[in-house]
Amino acid sequence: MAVEKMQSNPQRFSPTNVIIGIILVVGAVLTILRFTKGLGAVTNLDNNNPWGIWIGFDLLCGVALAAGGYVTSAACYVFGLKRYHSAVRPAILTAFLGYALVVLALHYDVGRPWRLPYPIFVSQGTSSLLFEVGLCVFLYLTVLFIEFTPAAFEWLGWKKIRQVVVKLTLLLTIFGVVLSTLHQSSLGALFMIAPSKLHPLWYSGYLPVYFFISSMFAGMSMVIFESTLAHRYLGHKMDHTHHEEAPGVAFGFAKAASFIMMGYLAIKIVGLAIDNNWGYLATGWGLWFLVELAGFVAFPAILFAMGSREKNLMFVRIAAVLTVLGIVLNRLNISVIAFNYHLPTADRYFPSFMEIGTSVFIVTIGIVVYRFVATRMPVLYEHPDYKTH
Amino acid sequence: METIIYTLQDFMTHTKNITYLIMGGILVFLPLFWLFLTEREKE
Repeated sequence: MAVEKMQSNPQRFSPTNVIIGIILVVGAVLTILRFTKGLGAVTNLDNNNPWGIWIGFDLLCGVALAAGGYVTSAACYVFGLKRYHSAVRPAILTAFLGYALVVLALHYDVGRPWRLPYPIFVSQGTSSLLFEVGLCVFLYLTVLFIEFTPAAFEWLGWKKIRQVVVKLTLLLTIFGVVLSTLHQSSLGALFMIAPSKLHPLWYSGYLPVYFFISSMFAGMSMVIFESTLAHRYLGHKMDHTHHEEAPGVAFGFAKAASFIMMGYLAIKIVGLAIDNNWGYLATGWGLWFLVELAGFVAFPAILFAMGSREKNLMFVRIAAVLTVLGIVLNRLNISVIAFNYHLPTADRYFPSFMEIGTSVFIVTIGIVVYRFVATRMPVLYEHPDYKTH
Repeated sequence: METIIYTLQDFMTHTKNITYLIMGGILVFLPLFWLFLTEREKE
């Protein structure tokens, strides 16, 4: 017993756990500050910039990077590509946590959490895109929760109710794809209300299409990235099937992401042409736009293609990281960096340390919960009692 | 030679001309890229 204790204590106070602990404590303090002193005490938001990184990073990037859930389950259950089956549960868990944290982050920005049900159940603003996004996120979060419950039921040993939920899989997947199509594009459509504020290189009538298409390869890249991390840190929790299928999932998603990214690049060029924005490319903003497009879309697309052709896992993993960074850059460009581009420097928005700290706190909660669930429930391995399914 | 745009009609004609040319390029490029992506699988 004493030996066990001695062995478990060093793990409990490992450097990673200590850092996570510090982030959680600081985050708790920031949370108290935010909800007792208001937005002004912790953020640099003002009337010019009412949306900061809690929307630009936590919400827009969170939703885009959580797209792995609908992409993977659609590939497996709608398109019948069963070789991706082992990737479904980790992707659904990531998506569920991603959306749950989006809702949590939204509370920090909006405040008054007890009013959360109002837009859906009390006062519906049916003419607002935000209402549509809110309704979709509410419904999709519920769908993701139900989609994940079989893993929890297997862990708890509730066989009968698990059987009922498993029968709903296809229905839930289709519902999830429909809801994702709606709200991923609507998040882009939100910025169409501000043609004079968003730089013309990022503003386009095709913004909803750009957001939806980019969410597909964002989701795939996130599945590859997350699988790389899971192999590195939770490899001992994976069964033989997961270890065996992982490279196939990475190469399959790399091929699909590469092709979709080239399509995305094509429609971005069409967007430039249709609005006659070529002249802006020769400016500083144009250079920044080209960095985003060439460095974080075209380059990783070629890297994905090479990785898929040559069966080079390293290329695929590097491309996945670049693509995830590219999605973050794109969403931040649209919501923060190229937004209000015409304002003098003194009026431009830069997040405060407390805003950044809150975002780090929210991401850390996601990592902690993922680790807690993945080390206990059958996410990275098949439960021995349900192997045949 | 720079195109002078006086009216919305001029603007639409100018941008649509370029867009259609780009679309033609995309229609040729994407199938070729798909072949590049998948040709090793046949081997």
